[in-house]
Amino acid sequence: MEITSLSLSEVREELRAGHLSPLEVLRALEERIARVDPLIHGYLARDFETAAGQAKTADVSLPLGGVPIAIKDVINVVGEPCTCASKILRGYRSPYDATVIKKLRAMGAIPYGRTNMDEFAMGSSTENSSVSPTYNPWDTSRIPGGSSGGSAAVVAADEAFAALGSDTGGSIRQPAALCGCVGLKPSYGRVSRFGLVAFASSLDQIGPLTKTVRDSALLLNCIAGVDPLDSTSLDEPAPDYAAGLGGEIKGVRLGMPREYFVGGIDPRVDATVRAAIRHYESLGAEIVDVSLPHTEHAVGVYYIIATAEASANLARFDGVRYGYRASQPANLLEHYGRTREEGFGAEVKRRIILGTYVLSSGYYDAYYLRAQKVRTLVRGDFTSAFEKVDAIICPTSPEPAFKIGERSDDPLRMYLADIFTIAANLAGICGISIPCGFAQADGKSLPIGLQLLGKPFDEARLLKIAHAYEQSTGWRRQKPAI
Amino acid sequence: MIKPVSSPFDVRYTAQLARLNLTEEEIAKFQSQLSQVLDYVEKLRLVDVTGVEPTAHTNPVFNVFREDRERDWFDAKEALANAPRQANGLFIVTKVVE
Repeated sequence: MEITSLSLSEVREELRAGHLSPLEVLRALEERIARVDPLIHGYLARDFETAAGQAKTADVSLPLGGVPIAIKDVINVVGEPCTCASKILRGYRSPYDATVIKKLRAMGAIPYGRTNMDEFAMGSSTENSSVSPTYNPWDTSRIPGGSSGGSAAVVAADEAFAALGSDTGGSIRQPAALCGCVGLKPSYGRVSRFGLVAFASSLDQIGPLTKTVRDSALLLNCIAGVDPLDSTSLDEPAPDYAAGLGGEIKGVRLGMPREYFVGGIDPRVDATVRAAIRHYESLGAEIVDVSLPHTEHAVGVYYIIATAEASANLARFDGVRYGYRASQPANLLEHYGRTREEGFGAEVKRRIILGTYVLSSGYYDAYYLRAQKVRTLVRGDFTSAFEKVDAIICPTSPEPAFKIGERSDDPLRMYLADIFTIAANLAGICGISIPCGFAQADGKSLPIGLQLLGKPFDEARLLKIAHAYEQSTGWRRQKPAI
Repeated sequence: MIKPVSSPFDVRYTAQLARLNLTEEEIAKFQSQLSQVLDYVEKLRLVDVTGVEPTAHTNPVFNVFREDRERDWFDAKEALANAPRQANGLFIVTKVVE
């Protein structure tokens, strides 16, 4: 068996048993990356020497002792680049570790490799990277999803045992679905964002992309918890998520939101997700019809709130303290204007303009304040639904991976790709995407994702429900032929 | 600043507010693309939000305080490590006064 095809939990057991050394694992991984990544472009940077140094002294008795973990290029790791795949941060080196990185290190893990993404996490295809698109390992003429497309692709292609990503409107779950891996967006406040470059602060969460549900639980065990450096993290109990896996799910109530099973879904996705729902029934789950009446407004609310917050967060890129700076500006206005013109890519500019507009004097109430009120109604939909059910079941993405370049000039159509994922961010609840089958296209298999949404801080139950499906189906054993 | 009255959504004016220079092509393209997005979000006006409180974030926390005390953080050298221009332990900025 190839080392790199192991899951996170499997490689951890091999390390702990002494069958493999951390350096052997890292070398095998680097060989795989060197062979495969020229086709995938999942990584932006790697520092083998530093990681090898850590591998030599790794304590394999720790929960993730000696295991390399890939990191989305939006999370700070001391001494490494953190560019958010943007020209404006080219050459930047992190002076500190994000809290999630400190926690991973404390558990013995080795952060290894910076994964590609849509610039500043703005996008659903990873085509907005200023460096290169990432290619889907199942069909390299297609997008891997986004914005954590690099993280999803490297996990799917066995170029990483697991990765961290960030999810503002589906940026972990949607690429996980399109690449056939497991992507978890924890509840708002479950994981510290200290050291995550902020996109939309009321929506952003860090979470794992993994090969299995158990791996997702293991990583969440390591990164969950309150952090004095992130005042939005909550001091809620964090159970042992891995220990809670297994056992029956008989009697669990799963809600099928009727607004999510209407027109506009690819028929292959619709059929596959319905088959997965029947499978849950065969496991003893009770399927309940629920309604999320404000669903049709979620995308609009999201693109007002997310761009408004982004326009404020990205004001820090002013060419003074770090990052790119335009040369020889005539005055301060030109310094800002040109630095940002030359440093940001098209989608980031588009969103800064939209966000600035909806916050500007005279339009704030009509757009931003109204969106925040409709957000309350979207949250209320979920609160009501969760009075009847333990989790909500639906597709992750309305369609499988599309072709590279197919949508890049149609922002509205691209935004609608997030239709099933963004409500979870607006409501602050947790969500997971797991593989549930394939669509066939051009002689290739394209993964389809099943999404489960849970109450705030109910990750333990969500993971248990996801695990029951995964263990009774064989999807996870299928790998792309790369 | 004076708001233009010609068009309700004016990319050129908004770009000035955002301190973001744009080319003429970008202005034309964003004007049309973002007008489409704004048309799409128009339907939020149909929602009855009478008496609905806005959600700024989803957690039941409001003011979070911690003890105000000195702790280890960057020294000047680390803080300046990524500066595009620096000298004598200071950030060099573009001239702001004549």
